[in-house]
Amino acid sequence: MYSEKVMDHFQNPRNVGEIEGASGVGTVGNAKCGDIMRMYLDIDEETQVIREAKFKTFGCGAAVATSSMATEMVKGLTVEEALKVTNKAVMEALDGLPPVKVHCSLLAEEAIHAALWDYAEKHHIKIEGLKKPKSDIGEEEEGEEW
Amino acid sequence: MKKLIYLDHAATTATRPEVVEAMLPYFTQNYGNASSVYDFASKSKTAIQHARKTIGDALGVPDRDIYFTAGGSESDNWAIKATADAYASKGKHIITSKIEHHAVLHTCEYLEKHGYEVTYLDVDENGIVKPEDLEAAIRPDTVLVTIMFANNEIGTVEPIKELGAIAHKHGVLFHTDAVQAFGQIPINADEMNIDMLSASGHKLNGPKGIGFLYIRKGIKIGPLIHGGAQERRRRAGTENVPGIVGLGKAVEIAVATMKERAEKEIELRDYMMERIMKEIPYTRINGSKTKRLPGNVNFSFQFIEGESLLIMLDMEGICASSGSACTSGSLDPSHVLLAIGLPHEIAHGSLRMTLGEDNTKEDIDFVIEQLKRIVGRLREMSPLYEDFVKKHK
Repeated sequence: MYSEKVMDHFQNPRNVGEIEGASGVGTVGNAKCGDIMRMYLDIDEETQVIREAKFKTFGCGAAVATSSMATEMVKGLTVEEALKVTNKAVMEALDGLPPVKVHCSLLAEEAIHAALWDYAEKHHIKIEGLKKPKSDIGEEEEGEEW
Repeated sequence: MKKLIYLDHAATTATRPEVVEAMLPYFTQNYGNASSVYDFASKSKTAIQHARKTIGDALGVPDRDIYFTAGGSESDNWAIKATADAYASKGKHIITSKIEHHAVLHTCEYLEKHGYEVTYLDVDENGIVKPEDLEAAIRPDTVLVTIMFANNEIGTVEPIKELGAIAHKHGVLFHTDAVQAFGQIPINADEMNIDMLSASGHKLNGPKGIGFLYIRKGIKIGPLIHGGAQERRRRAGTENVPGIVGLGKAVEIAVATMKERAEKEIELRDYMMERIMKEIPYTRINGSKTKRLPGNVNFSFQFIEGESLLIMLDMEGICASSGSACTSGSLDPSHVLLAIGLPHEIAHGSLRMTLGEDNTKEDIDFVIEQLKRIVGRLREMSPLYEDFVKKHK
């Protein structure tokens, strides 16, 4: 069902954990749908570079793998660059996800944005192009009924 | 290679070697069409009759009232749609429960789109349909009550005899989906007030693609599958003779070994439930502790999600299933777990393990050790657990 990359990131997730006194923390998703992602970012205030990213996720294999990959991808990027890490990029880096799991990658993108939003709010700065993230994800399309 | 520990017998079972052996001659040697006139085909006919007799005896009903189908879903569809059709002049109201298999629920929903009304009875926190609720739901235009014998997810065994008696008191037909129960626990259709009963071969170590519907004599429902005159003109299609023979053999063995298997499975089941409840905190047992199928175990582990649990168990060679949304392809967790009152996030963290006769105590000990490790690991990763720990520190 999952690619080898997804399985690798699920079995050996990178950057699981918390960051004490993180620059920004974002939590997205809800328990009702079965996925919650929390992302912690440690950002260098002078250079705006993400020094460290960690996560905690309640969810399926794809949710854990996308969290892991997303944290790997944003580490070392500036805030502005991190904003450009899309769900598509996370998916591609994982060699794809099954169609029903695409929403997990959207959640990862949202989690990055939510953590950046928190950082911006805490530091009273404006990050160009960052919108307040939704905390909820959309409904899946229903199958055709007969 | 890791040893496979199969704990998903409610999904399907291995076909017994004796069953396969009984089936084989009907592929290559006695392949005659049972409807044909020549003597060669009579072997097929005799084999079908023999299987029908075995099943009739197992249920305590005349063998002529057993109709072979392609499985449990067809049997459920047939019983419900054909009853709705045949009794439409009496009324268009059907009663079922909220925890039925989709073969029943989706059939009822289909009928709702075609002018029928359906009442979906609630269940209690153990998944039991309350007889007084059924009594209250019956109306003058009710034509069918369909309640499962035992639930596929949480293993709850329903008070079928009582429910059937209530239906009969009001002159309403009573159907039960016994796919999970038949061959596992004793069923006497007559004594239990059952008018129609669905069952499937592959849940009791028989082949896939074969099942039956018992229809009590005198019930005037027509066919679901139209065509030839097979099955007393009620189920068309050339008989799946090897499948029927295999089903008959599987039922024969299931009945003969039922008591012994149930005792062993109950012992393992209770051992497993007791140890897990003691050794893994924030865990709940779903379903009734006493009115439960011998082989069914169902837990919810708080703060974690079922699919990731299943994948990690799979890496250890352990096959199980979950009521999590992620395993169903929708965003909602199992309708059964929601019906017994679980909040969504607890339902997402459910795990079903269903035992079979080959499972050993060593297997179960290994599974428990793996579960402790995996649940612990997933909780370490869970923001819900993090919040919980911080709140209670």
